[in-house]
Amino acid sequence: MEINWIKIIGLIITPIIAFFTGTLYGGSARNITARIQNRYGPPIWQNLFDIMKLYSKSSTIHHGVMQHLGAVWAITASTTTLLFIPILRDSELFVNLSFDGDLIFLLYIMVFGSLGMALGAGQTGNPNSAIGVSRGLTQLVGYKVPFIMALVALMIQFKTTNLNDLLAVQDSFLNWNIFQSPFAFLAAILAFLGMMGYKPFDIVFAPAEIASGPPSEFGGKYLGMMQTSRSIFTFAKLVLFTDLFLGGAENFFILIIKTYLLYMIPLLIGIVNPRFRTEQSVRFFWKWPTAFGIIAILIVAY
Amino acid sequence: MLNDKYSQKIVDIIKNYTRKHSLWVVAYGTGCGAIELPPTMTSRYDAERFGIRGSATPRQADVLLITGYLSTKTLKRVIRTYEQMQAPKYVIGFGSCAINGGMYWDSYNTIKSLDQYLPVDVFISGCMPRPETVISGFIKLQEMITDGKANGAEKYKENLDWYRTNQKQVIKNWKMPDYNW
Repeated sequence: MEINWIKIIGLIITPIIAFFTGTLYGGSARNITARIQNRYGPPIWQNLFDIMKLYSKSSTIHHGVMQHLGAVWAITASTTTLLFIPILRDSELFVNLSFDGDLIFLLYIMVFGSLGMALGAGQTGNPNSAIGVSRGLTQLVGYKVPFIMALVALMIQFKTTNLNDLLAVQDSFLNWNIFQSPFAFLAAILAFLGMMGYKPFDIVFAPAEIASGPPSEFGGKYLGMMQTSRSIFTFAKLVLFTDLFLGGAENFFILIIKTYLLYMIPLLIGIVNPRFRTEQSVRFFWKWPTAFGIIAILIVAY
Repeated sequence: MLNDKYSQKIVDIIKNYTRKHSLWVVAYGTGCGAIELPPTMTSRYDAERFGIRGSATPRQADVLLITGYLSTKTLKRVIRTYEQMQAPKYVIGFGSCAINGGMYWDSYNTIKSLDQYLPVDVFISGCMPRPETVISGFIKLQEMITDGKANGAEKYKENLDWYRTNQKQVIKNWKMPDYNW
């Protein structure tokens, strides 16, 4: 059997590039937040320093097997999600394990990270973790409904469940799905606000209220793994939305521009907004985004 | 190769550099000094540009900041908080109350000198220390981390008996769980 070295190198560097991009986006988010609050703010590589420091902690306490596995599970789930999303069009280097039906597969695998975190947090026995997990899973039920409706609308419209086919449809600027099915985009982008976990939907991690929620007993290397997984997953979600609605990207430069602009939407909405309670956020997701999703499905079905 | 003296030195330099630039603080607001922390963190003085950031729980924190006097009742909670933190961990005593009791030097229910009970790395003097002083104390801690001198956690581990004796003299009803740190 012939060994394809380019693919093996790609398999190694794809998560690494995703990690660094996601971390730098997070750092620039902290910087932008600081500037809006009239502060100078940390440098954009601050999150990188934080994660390196967490990995270099000399002692790390754990409360049982599931706390090990929870962090490992989260990082595995986010890396797997990343590998099934086409990062660039027709790229030799980046891994693209996309297959027929991968949109449905992604709906499953994207929940796994939250699930791993929930199991790991459950083992710690901290009441704040339990409250955070219950809030997080309730909110998940909230934003998954409009997101799935948007995806179903796309599936009906183009008669495919393959991301590569969806990319092939969006061959020119006016054929981007944001123009072809604007209601599906509206439903999905409103669900995206909940997925990113910035304000008004950051009830899960609320640091002043439930002491950062699920990871409140995670210190040192476990927290470092959680943050690594979060960075990779942020990048994966941004690339997924670029592929679904903004026509993908031909090279890395265009990908950075599109994903960064997409990243600004939840960030800038979050900076100027207060926090929703759980029932308020679920009510929000099941009202307007779900209505947009239903309209999108009705338009393409009839 | 990774275990010889020179490569270990390089690893230590990188580790200390990242530790120095990312200090997560759990601010134990015991006394009046806690009021100086909001201006330190917000837009006027903005400690976040040095990588200093509040942390939600002691498990995630690096620095324990004791702001002001400690009553004997809160000392117990401070010790529990300190032992839940993960090494390397640093303690900053804040204000003259933490150094020698300050205006509470003859009080019956406050402790006089914090470093009898916890290994303090940096003391910040003043009553109250202004935000500039607080930030300069943090810079001093950063310099100590670079030089590898901020090893309060190891000191605590080595002299645990001495610290425990002092702590038990103040805390009469000692019923504390045994943390492994």
